[in-house]
Amino acid sequence: MYQGIRISGFGGQGVISAGVLLAQAGLEEKKEVSFFPAYGAEMRGGTANCSVVVSSEEVAAPIVSEPDTAIVLNEPSLAKFEPMVRPGGLLIVNTSLINSKPTRKDIKVLNVPCNEIAAELGNGKVMNMVALGAFAAATGAVSIEAIAKALPKVYKKLKPEVIELNVQALKKGAGFKLN
Amino acid sequence: MAEKKLWKGNEALAEGAIRAGCRFFAGYPITPQNEVPEYMSWRLPQVGGAFLQSESEVAAINTVYGAGATGVRCMTSSSSPGISLKQEGISYAAGADLPIFIGNVMRGGPGLGNIAGGQGDYWQATRGGGHGDYRCFVMAPNCVNEMANFPHKCYEVSFKYRIPSMVLADGIIGQMMEPVEFKYPEVDVKTLKEPEWALGKCEGRNKRIVKSYDLKEGGVEIMVNERVKRYDQIEANEVMYEEKQLEDADIVMVAYGTSSRIAAAAMKIAREKGLKVGLFRPITLWPFPKVRLTELAKRVKKFVAVEMSLGQMVEDVQLAINGRADVYLHAKPGASIITAEEVAKTLESISKKEAKEYAAVK
Repeated sequence: MYQGIRISGFGGQGVISAGVLLAQAGLEEKKEVSFFPAYGAEMRGGTANCSVVVSSEEVAAPIVSEPDTAIVLNEPSLAKFEPMVRPGGLLIVNTSLINSKPTRKDIKVLNVPCNEIAAELGNGKVMNMVALGAFAAATGAVSIEAIAKALPKVYKKLKPEVIELNVQALKKGAGFKLN
Repeated sequence: MAEKKLWKGNEALAEGAIRAGCRFFAGYPITPQNEVPEYMSWRLPQVGGAFLQSESEVAAINTVYGAGATGVRCMTSSSSPGISLKQEGISYAAGADLPIFIGNVMRGGPGLGNIAGGQGDYWQATRGGGHGDYRCFVMAPNCVNEMANFPHKCYEVSFKYRIPSMVLADGIIGQMMEPVEFKYPEVDVKTLKEPEWALGKCEGRNKRIVKSYDLKEGGVEIMVNERVKRYDQIEANEVMYEEKQLEDADIVMVAYGTSSRIAAAAMKIAREKGLKVGLFRPITLWPFPKVRLTELAKRVKKFVAVEMSLGQMVEDVQLAINGRADVYLHAKPGASIITAEEVAKTLESISKKEAKEYAAVK
């Protein structure tokens, strides 16, 4: 298996955190992984993005130029990454913040209102986990369990109740299915 | 096997150096290598070492020259513009036979350039960016695991042959995270013998002098020729490279560092289209694996250098091939990203004989 992923959104939405978690989750499942953050002259409120590869074989290019899946969490990210998705690939759209509709007909689109779901769970910060949950369920690239296992390894200071909240967000996200 | 952990490239380089016995670091901040000094600043004191944030790159390299003269395993790191500033000190260290270790996490140039990962410093690293006839031992990691493990080899070569060594990485390898396994047992610095040339307490022994000059007529010629004997040994003993799918290859890509990862992805695309493509990766850039390339050119008639520069390593490929095969170039300057899809297109056009030799593909 090979899954090249791009995650993109505002700085502060947990784009980089989600990417590192995904890589650690792949490692938990004994897969080959790489994570690469865009590290331009970024600033708070600007757009952040990262590349993650999860593969059964040695990872070649660490920068994903034609993603199998793009997770876009804000409006500018949709415009930037929709055109890059491989034909037949998957676009996960955070409809809470993105009003525009994807235009491509040769890719699959999964709409997830990440912010609303996170707010329902009582903490808006876990919106990135909702997106990751949807990704894991739709692609099978990593399991929800592996992401849950990765959480305390990447964020060593998280309290158990916060981890539980993140896991709930993952599960809620996993509930969104492709039509 | 120990559990693999995710490490960031720059931090793996720093930890790798410490495990290889590094106990002194001096540096000045610059993106995209800031995690190296940041990591060293808290980690070195834990192992009884010392960290110094210098007032400039020039101060850093000269402080490391001083540390190197005492025989301690020391390091400085920077990124392209900062490494340019250090060139005088590197030339002096080479001239004084000091085993200092330098990390260069390359960014776009020339000038201030940009902060993306590039490969424009190949000439500077392998030809000696400073003045005079000298070499540095240069290793090019292409993954975080190699960032973690190459400092060990660099110190080994540096101390055995008394030569400065360099890890030539780029911003992508510096910033990315990948699984790491430290392959060498941690060096216990107490077991390292003081080199017979090292400065320190002179009590009870003859005085020693570390210098890069000799004003006697013919003196420097003798110094350089003595050094060249060690360079010859390094060329004979320390060349490293990696080969992928060369057995049946009609076209061989030559690429190092991040470019070699992109080339590997391009190889997969090209092979799916039926092209017999292989990959040759120089791991040591100096000494360059020219003997092996010459050998390969007896059978393979098409080579393509893939680089994130205007095309610098391609000249070493041409020197090694020396007219025995065609040499092509896929290159992009300014730390712009080369994609596997673009490289695969170049491979196709070469196989169809459409590509112009040596021509940079835009």
